[in-house]
Amino acid sequence: MARIELNGIEHSYAAKPRTEADWALKRLDLVWRDGGAYALLGPSGCGKTTLLNVISGLVYPTKGSVMFGDRDVTNLPTQQRNIAQVFQFPVIYDTMTVFDNLAFPLRNRAVDGATIRERVEEVAAMLELTPELDRRAHGLTADAKQKISLGRGLVRNDVAAVLFDEPLTVIDPQLKFQLRRKLKEVHERFNLTFIYVTHDQNEALTIADQVVLMNEGAVVQVGTPQELFENPRHTFVGYFIGSPGMNLVPCAVDGAAAVVDGQRIPLAAAIAEKAQAAAGTLELGIRPEFLRLVPAGTEGAVPVTVIAVEELGSFKMVEARLGEHAIKVKLSEDKHLPGESACLVFPPERTKIYENGQLIE
Amino acid sequence: MNKTENNKAWFLVLPVFVIVAFSAIIPLMTIVNYSVQDIFGPNQRVFVGTEWFVDVLGDPRLRDALWRQFLFSGLVLLIEIPLGVLIALAMPKQGWLVSVVLVVLALPLLIPWNVIGTIWIIFTRPDIGLLGVAINGLGVQFDHTASPLDAWVTVILMEVWHWTPLVALLAYAGLRAIPDAYFQAARIDGASAWATFRYIQLPKMRGVLTIAVLLRFMDSFLIYAEPFVLTGGGPGNSTTFLSIYLVKVAVGQFDLGPAAAFSIIYFLIILLFSWLFYQALLNVGTGEKR
Repeated sequence: MARIELNGIEHSYAAKPRTEADWALKRLDLVWRDGGAYALLGPSGCGKTTLLNVISGLVYPTKGSVMFGDRDVTNLPTQQRNIAQVFQFPVIYDTMTVFDNLAFPLRNRAVDGATIRERVEEVAAMLELTPELDRRAHGLTADAKQKISLGRGLVRNDVAAVLFDEPLTVIDPQLKFQLRRKLKEVHERFNLTFIYVTHDQNEALTIADQVVLMNEGAVVQVGTPQELFENPRHTFVGYFIGSPGMNLVPCAVDGAAAVVDGQRIPLAAAIAEKAQAAAGTLELGIRPEFLRLVPAGTEGAVPVTVIAVEELGSFKMVEARLGEHAIKVKLSEDKHLPGESACLVFPPERTKIYENGQLIE
Repeated sequence: MNKTENNKAWFLVLPVFVIVAFSAIIPLMTIVNYSVQDIFGPNQRVFVGTEWFVDVLGDPRLRDALWRQFLFSGLVLLIEIPLGVLIALAMPKQGWLVSVVLVVLALPLLIPWNVIGTIWIIFTRPDIGLLGVAINGLGVQFDHTASPLDAWVTVILMEVWHWTPLVALLAYAGLRAIPDAYFQAARIDGASAWATFRYIQLPKMRGVLTIAVLLRFMDSFLIYAEPFVLTGGGPGNSTTFLSIYLVKVAVGQFDLGPAAAFSIIYFLIILLFSWLFYQALLNVGTGEKR
């Protein structure tokens, strides 16, 4: 049990990295709290698997150090790192029974038989694998196999962190939900550090207390799911998180308002002041969930044209046009649409201004 | 729903029937034909029933050849399969060395079988052969034309040299197909090299090893050209394997009846053992514990 610290990690798969693009990881400083549940989220190729492999010791970073507590493990092999890992595709020992699979890491460490039995039975009960203990692992379903993979990590009492590399990829959607809840339960019970790589934001947001969002080899934002949703620090966070992502339109700032295609959108005073001083390219960002659609002619609201409405079951997705720009608005199912011409209200506390992609706050 | 009766679809499988008939069934029936008749010449034949079979099964020389054949195939499997797996495990996994090793390994497989026999005659000659001179130089008397044991050692060595590369190539293909995650998981679980082999590599090689065992059993059980060229079945009858003896009976003595009966028995033995190996390898380690 230890906190994990990454200091100035950089990694390149090229022997002699020349350009910026040769670096799979660019200058990372991160601290993983002991017992925390983290999700590493990002698009394919953003470096999240590389980062996971740096922690597990399958990849040695080109620069920087990895600390487990006070121990520098940067150049230690996987075996000496006290981590467990669950892979994308279930890794089980086909010819063994479930019991032997779970006992395998302990037997390799020469733990005595009674302790093995006790630990295996405890973990099996937790993972609801007890009825399968005497069965061959070979014929089990994908979700049971993933539970065995996880169980092999849980039986050990020296594990500092459990790493997950998109473990639910091969699981049926119905079972995904159950397994996700099971993971959450296991996390609370064993109080282990979980680091969970995924490109599925729903998975990240349900499992993790803290989401680490990555893009192009760098960490863009670390925060609770709520922080990432309500206060994206970067336009990338804005459009990557949420479904659909944040509305982003180019704007200018004039006094206490943002100007988009001649329409004035009021801003919070503090932000407007800083934005006025900013020299870079400005963008206005707001989540579709925070916009309100009101009848045309409403005071203080911005006139828009409604182009399309999609009924999506529990909510409506409205596509509207503000001057040149498309804006998406998420409305609840029972909301009435005022007609083709309507007005949008931008709540100032929810309206963000970005300078060169970075949040002004 | 009304079903239209139309049997014309059978014509589509006709080509297959014709090919199988001409390539397998008709030749095999010819053998059956010979095995139950005594044929003196065109239009001179007598139906003899099972006489040839009884004859052949009672022939002590044939029984000796059969035991010799089992011993040979058994030894070949016991040496080639583990050796092939060991070579595959030791082969490089990436880089230019892979191609070099693959080509070198494949070389013996590309040589015509009778040439293999000739190569080994020369290689093991006590007067000029590299191996023969070397062994005799060490003070060990070695001459496969004189000593049955030396003849056996030479035939087995030749067979191992010739065919282990096939096992190694198959095993290598099986090893390369194992996803990296398995080895990473084994490292995380603290598995030793032996445990990794026993619980990951070996089970994952089951398919290719089944094929290797079947191929090597069938081929070694049918072996003819190499020992025929190398030892001619001697000294004495010590390396007369089934097919060498069969050719002696059929071609040398022109006893087509017993030879045909013998061929059918031979064929059934191979079929039976291939099936047994296949069943055994398919089921080993997959049964439920209770």
